[in-house]
Amino acid sequence: MIGAQVRDRYLSDFKRVEATLPGRAVSWMQNTRRQAFEKFAASGFPTTRDEDWKYTSVAFLGEQEFVPSVAKVCEITQAQISTWAFAGSANHLLVFVDGYYAPGLSKIGAIEKQVLLTSTADLLVKQPELLAPLLQRNIDSAFAALNTAFMTDGMCLYLPAGSIVEDAIHVLYIATSPSKIYHHRNIIVAEDNTQATVIEHYVGINDAVYFNNAITSVDVGNNATIEHYKLQQEGVNAFHIANISAIQNRDSRFNSHSLAFGSRLARNDISTRFQDSGGECEMNGLYVVGGCQHIDHHTCIDHAKPRCTSREYYRGVLSGASRAVFNGKVIVQQDAQKTDAQQANHNLLLSKDAEIDTKPELQIYADDVKCAHGATIGQLDDDMMFYLRSRGISNDMAHGLLTYAFAHDIVDRIKFEPLRLRIEQILMAQLPQGEKIKELL
Amino acid sequence: MLSIKNLHASIEGKEILRGLSLEVKAGEVHAIMGPNGSGKSTLAQVLAGRESYEITGGEVNYRGHNLLEMAPEERAREGVFLAFQYPVEIPGVNNVYLLKAALNAIRKHKGQVELDAMEFLTLIKEKIKVVKMNEDLLYRAVNQGFSGGEKKRNEILQMAVLEPALAILDETDSGLDIDALQIVAGGVNSLRSKERAIIVVTHYQRLLDYIVPDFVHVLSKGRIVKSGGPELALELEQKGYGWVETETRKPAEALAK
Amino acid sequence: MGSSSQQLDQIISKEYEHGFYTELEADAIPHGLSEDVVRLISKKKNEPDFMLQWRLKAYRHWLTMSEPKWAQVHHAPIDYQDMVYYSAPKSQKDGPKSLEEVDPELLATYTKLGIPLKEQEMLAGVAVDAVFDSVSVATTFKGKLAEQGIIFCSFSEAVQEHPELVKKYLGSVVPYTDNFFATLNSAVFSDGSFCYIPKGVRCPMELSTYFRINAKNTGQFERTLIVAEEGAYVSYLEGCTAPMRDENQLHAAVVELVALDNARIKYSTVQNWYPGDKDGKGGIYNFVTKRGDCRGKHSHISWTQVETGSAITWKYPSVLLRGDYSVGEFYSVALTNNYQQADTGTKMIHLGRNTKSTIISKGISAGHGQNAYRGLVKVQKGAENARNYTQCDSLLMGDRCGAHTFPYIEAKNPTAKIEHEATTSRIGEDQLFYCKQRGISAEDAVSMIVNGFCKEVFKELPMEFAVEAQKLLGVSLEGSVG
Repeated sequence: MIGAQVRDRYLSDFKRVEATLPGRAVSWMQNTRRQAFEKFAASGFPTTRDEDWKYTSVAFLGEQEFVPSVAKVCEITQAQISTWAFAGSANHLLVFVDGYYAPGLSKIGAIEKQVLLTSTADLLVKQPELLAPLLQRNIDSAFAALNTAFMTDGMCLYLPAGSIVEDAIHVLYIATSPSKIYHHRNIIVAEDNTQATVIEHYVGINDAVYFNNAITSVDVGNNATIEHYKLQQEGVNAFHIANISAIQNRDSRFNSHSLAFGSRLARNDISTRFQDSGGECEMNGLYVVGGCQHIDHHTCIDHAKPRCTSREYYRGVLSGASRAVFNGKVIVQQDAQKTDAQQANHNLLLSKDAEIDTKPELQIYADDVKCAHGATIGQLDDDMMFYLRSRGISNDMAHGLLTYAFAHDIVDRIKFEPLRLRIEQILMAQLPQGEKIKELL
Repeated sequence: MLSIKNLHASIEGKEILRGLSLEVKAGEVHAIMGPNGSGKSTLAQVLAGRESYEITGGEVNYRGHNLLEMAPEERAREGVFLAFQYPVEIPGVNNVYLLKAALNAIRKHKGQVELDAMEFLTLIKEKIKVVKMNEDLLYRAVNQGFSGGEKKRNEILQMAVLEPALAILDETDSGLDIDALQIVAGGVNSLRSKERAIIVVTHYQRLLDYIVPDFVHVLSKGRIVKSGGPELALELEQKGYGWVETETRKPAEALAK
Repeated sequence: MGSSSQQLDQIISKEYEHGFYTELEADAIPHGLSEDVVRLISKKKNEPDFMLQWRLKAYRHWLTMSEPKWAQVHHAPIDYQDMVYYSAPKSQKDGPKSLEEVDPELLATYTKLGIPLKEQEMLAGVAVDAVFDSVSVATTFKGKLAEQGIIFCSFSEAVQEHPELVKKYLGSVVPYTDNFFATLNSAVFSDGSFCYIPKGVRCPMELSTYFRINAKNTGQFERTLIVAEEGAYVSYLEGCTAPMRDENQLHAAVVELVALDNARIKYSTVQNWYPGDKDGKGGIYNFVTKRGDCRGKHSHISWTQVETGSAITWKYPSVLLRGDYSVGEFYSVALTNNYQQADTGTKMIHLGRNTKSTIISKGISAGHGQNAYRGLVKVQKGAENARNYTQCDSLLMGDRCGAHTFPYIEAKNPTAKIEHEATTSRIGEDQLFYCKQRGISAEDAVSMIVNGFCKEVFKELPMEFAVEAQKLLGVSLEGSVG
């Protein structure tokens, strides 16, 4: 459903900015954008009557007028960048300000010659044919269609067969201005036997109301490994909707980590599809929310082929009047014998106004499979609390320590150490009583 | 040090302790024995401040404080230590963090300087020898994946580090093989001193071969029904708890007459 | 495929045992549904006006509704106008005065079904209300129960004899607006069972109802209402069968349970409606709304179901945990074989404080069967200290079946503790070969594994039902391992 008024607004925006968007000189891109817009206009935004949006309302999109970002607004200084960067450890830093690549702030270190690490907009000018198949898929959902119609820029990583990027690639998306809508489009293509680590890092520099609508597509070739991190620290009033979808080939490994702390409302759709056998996937997620935050994760692991393994670990800590949604879907197709899929979602509800809705979902059409899922909602364990207190630790400290330990289960799975340390800092700053446990660590 | 007078405690409306009295002085080791269900563990838990028990009567004085009014952590900081019968597993909390947090909380309470990481590690490496515990266990989550013996040794290590004034060992011997038992007992004995009191709660006399108590008390139906020296434990071992129960009925009958 | 998979197919293909048809003259109305039909049903049953008005409200509301589409089941559209909404065995028109007056042919049917309806049932301690097509045929032990103030009779009789109770409780748990099938039922239901246990009475025997759909093209819409007053206890059993027919038949029942302070209702179902043949032809569409209302403090409702029949099962026996300290339980074994589809589960709605719910769901899929667990655990804001434990396990046999779980968990109170676990296991050729190599027959191996898998649910069933359920499972699964 879409109100005529909302549709007209987006249509007039589209007409206005279309000619300024990257790829305007490429006819297939132009067509793709128009088709995508039509798709969006026909479907409109989802409502809570749609099963996938049952617990997350995007009514704000009808109420709030966002305009496409056409240029970066604020200047960002190197000093600001350094507060977010992983000093000395990530040699590749790509910075996007208000939806556009900022080469002056970015730094791409030594990299194998054949590897392409650039901005999507740049590639649309230089080698558009590489992107044609990638930009024309994934436009089924309203937000993906909208992104395709309006997308400005994003990170593009192309790894030809056998290439390895040793250092982590840190991609920083900075939002600076109110009432803007940003459409980032990131593309990762990892051919056979390749390896890379990418950190998508979304930050807001103020309490502006803006809307970030991002898409990342990941193609993982035979025996390739992609370690993908998404650190979401949007501004407190921001809306953030992101879609990460991977396709995995034979014996490939795709690990996704979603670390969600910021924004007023965030929705993440993270999916992978095993389209050949032997693949492995780990999906980790941590959401720590308070105030009036609303964070929704919808994950989908599609075991279409045999002998693939997936592990999913999501944890949430909710305080204030926050709300979190977790919907983890695992599909095991008829062919996918010897699938091994496990999923766990644990939630700590720390306040009386917080709310959690979780739905671990299994759809199994094959029989020789090992599938298990579990979900819990609860509080800190009384026995643990008593044990700590009987050792002289104060109630508050015990509380902080156990909450931190609860969240740390996910942090432990982060392989990129500087990021792990960063998350620990964030936890200490953000968890109730987090400050108190600092001295222990 | 510890004076319990006519203590009554119940859980979920069921009375477990029914008028228990006990005096413990610094430097003494008391053994509390009794059959299952006699209230031994309840006593240990109540002294540590377990909130699920309701105190329905009596008083407990510990070094001039009303113990029953203190929160569990206050008791711990004032030197009460409970070695748990079933040490709790705490996933994600490093053993060494727990110890450091506990030790510094107690030191701070006593007005002592808190230890930094280096000092703490030096201390703990010293103490761990006492219980012959594998150092790896320090860096694992508290009690998680520990064997029964490792858990109990971990309790004694904590006790050695925290140096309590009153240590209560709740069935620390159950589930231990003889080697582990000797190690645990050795750890306890090394902590015996004239400033410290120890209460050993046990079902079996075996532990008392290694930790020789000054006094032995027999608990039955929530009260101490017989007290004596170490020889009482041996007598119990030979005659069984049934003997005490028959014995103690006599004075009651006598009173009735 | 090896020899064990042939064995599997053999066991699967065992035919439906209860698929006979009884030659009886029936008093039926023409097919189709209209306000007139609703009026006619009410008139045939000589109902008071409040019943007619309630039916009409439901019918009018039903006209505004459409069939739910969210369940994981697929079927051809149902033509609600091509169905007969009332069919009663003709000789029953004036109602039997005693068992002797019951049509001997009908009694023979029940004997065939193994239903204890005669005096010897006294020994089994089972009081039976049997619903044949749409009307209640006979109720045994009524007198004995009446001595304790227990009312156990057909719904029609309750409407005549105890209108005040019917008026008070009918639709109080499942309102006539509840859902498409429940609303349809409210408009056209023909009979069912009524049970009232007065304050403080512990019902001395298991109460039981057997349902059977006999006539062709007939929809069966029965309605059960059980009220347990303060401190009352009742254990209620329900069994169902239907003849083999090529057409699909609709069964849209409603069950309402009301438990007041300290009352306990235990409701057990063994559902063995005709599942269709091995190619998926025919079979019952079993679209049932069952809900219990723990209205009082410390009240307790448990649902136990063994679902082996029906072409399609769509059923979510639920509990509203309204009273403080109330307890809701759901134990389920659902088996789908051949082309059967099941979308079943429960809803536990925690409203009162210190409420507790347990869900144990065991799904067995064989052949092309599709088995979905769909459940909702909801903890409302005021439901302090709510506890839920859910376990839903799937057992797959053969590589063409499916098992699905859709657990919805919603918590609005921080003191809630909710645990959900799900696992999937299989009986495959490897396991069978291993057993056979150790000298265990395939049948024995399967029954061992299946019974082990279902143990937690079977132990909730009354003894004689547990045995029946185990047999039924064996029959339904014969050959399905390989």
